This record gives sequence, C-alpha cells and structure tokens, in this order.
Amino acid sequence: MDGNLITFYILALVAIGAALGLLFSKNSVYAALFLILNFATVAVYYLTLGAPFIAMAQVTVYAGAIMVLFLFVIMLLGTEKLAGEDTLIWQKPFAWLLAILLIGVGMYQIALRGVTDAMIHTFPGGDFGSPASIGMILFNQYLLPFEVTSILLLVAMVGAIVLTKGESKKAQK
Amino acid sequence: MIPVENYIGLSAILFTIGAMGVLTRRNAIVIFMSVELMLNSANLLFIAFAQVYQEVGGHVFVFFVMAVAAAEVAVGLALIVAIFRSRGTINIDDLHHLKG
Repeated sequence: MDGNLITFYILALVAIGAALGLLFSKNSVYAALFLILNFATVAVYYLTLGAPFIAMAQVTVYAGAIMVLFLFVIMLLGTEKLAGEDTLIWQKPFAWLLAILLIGVGMYQIALRGVTDAMIHTFPGGDFGSPASIGMILFNQYLLPFEVTSILLLVAMVGAIVLTKGESKKAQK
Repeated sequence: MIPVENYIGLSAILFTIGAMGVLTRRNAIVIFMSVELMLNSANLLFIAFAQVYQEVGGHVFVFFVMAVAAAEVAVGLALIVAIFRSRGTINIDDLHHLKG
C-alpha cells in the first residue's frame, strides 16, 4: 500500500467521522463545527487532486463565509439545543432503511461496474487547475454562466434583505 | 495512484450521511447544513473526474456550485430568521400551518 492510498484513507476517516458528528451531535453549534472540519478535509482532497484554486475557494467561501453565517444565525436565534422529541415514531427507522437502501444501491453499482482502469494521479503538479487556467476557461467558454451567476447572487442578496426587513418597516408606521 | 472508485465510494457515503441528516434531524438549520454536506460530496466527485479526464470544466462547475450554494444559504437563513420571528421556533415538526 503506497503513501497516497494511506493518505486517502486517513482523510476519508476524518471526513466521514466529521459528517457523522454533524448527524449525531445534539448541539447545533457542534454540528456546524463538525461541518467545518469536513469542509477542511475535503479542501485537502482538492489539493491532492491538483485543484489548488478550488481548495482555497472551499476554505474561504464554504468553511469561512458560509459557516460563519450559519454560526451567526444559530447564536442569533439561540436555538443551540432544540428539543428533539419525535412526533412521528416511525420516521427514524424508515429514514435509516432508506439511507441503507441508498448506500446499498450506490455500492452495488460501483461493484457491478468492476474496477475500471481510471486511476487518479495525486499531486500532479503542472499548470492543470491553476488559477490562471481556470480563469482562461471561465472568462472565455463560460462567460455567460458567470454573468448569470453574478445576477443570481445580486437577487439572493436583495431577497435576503427584503425577507428580514419586514419588522422594522411596521415599527416606523 | 488511486482508483477513481475510492472517490466515488467516499462521495456516496458523505451524500448518504447528508441525506440522513435531512431525513432525521428536526432543527431547520441542521437540515440546511446537511444539504451543504450533500452539495460538497458532489463537488468532490466533480474534482475527481476533472482530474481523470484532465478537463478544467469540472473545476469551473464546482465554482458555480459554490456560488449557488452561497446564494441559497443567504436566502435560506433569511427565511429561517423570518420564520423564527413570526412563529418563535425552527423545529420543522411545529411548522405545519399549511396543513389544512
């Protein structure tokens, strides 16, 4: 077993452990912190897969901006420890059954296809996935989707402001 | 050299854990975070296959998914704050006012 595979399995253990921590932690602040650990681990995967730009975007956008927003809202609303009593008694076993079916079908499909010869060369180096190469393709081939995304972000920003503004307007009248 | 099946398996496991979070948790914010986990597992697969086929388009797609996720989180959390103001709870079992 070579070093790359050992690195893969150690990172997989951390990523899956953090995901399970998100699933089972009672306190939602801990859940958010577990999710940050998971995102950081996936960012390391991106680095090993030769995607340094995406790895840094993952750390700044996902683990940084988005999770700070989550933690801010959790603490703003004060819903760290929401009582988790189940109103539907059959829901949890049914959810477990569906999850086992989902992972079972996925693993069966992987096993069914057999081992393909598609091997991933980790730590490739070279120009592939560098900010320059992504910028070239982003601003040439994918220019229209890029502009549409900017409009989407603007709409989301205005929408978020409108949704949370309602109360203060009433107070002014 | 790592077979690409390892990445597919890891991505499937992370996606299933995220789906479990959506199905079993009652806190709307934790459900949201589980959706982020599912998006992230799909992103991992995009990057893995971009490396297999040596195609930068996969990286660009992950970039777009991140932007859309950021927009989704901004609107979603604003909705959660608005619901909490009017109802005083974000337990999704208590939010059944559309039920006739």
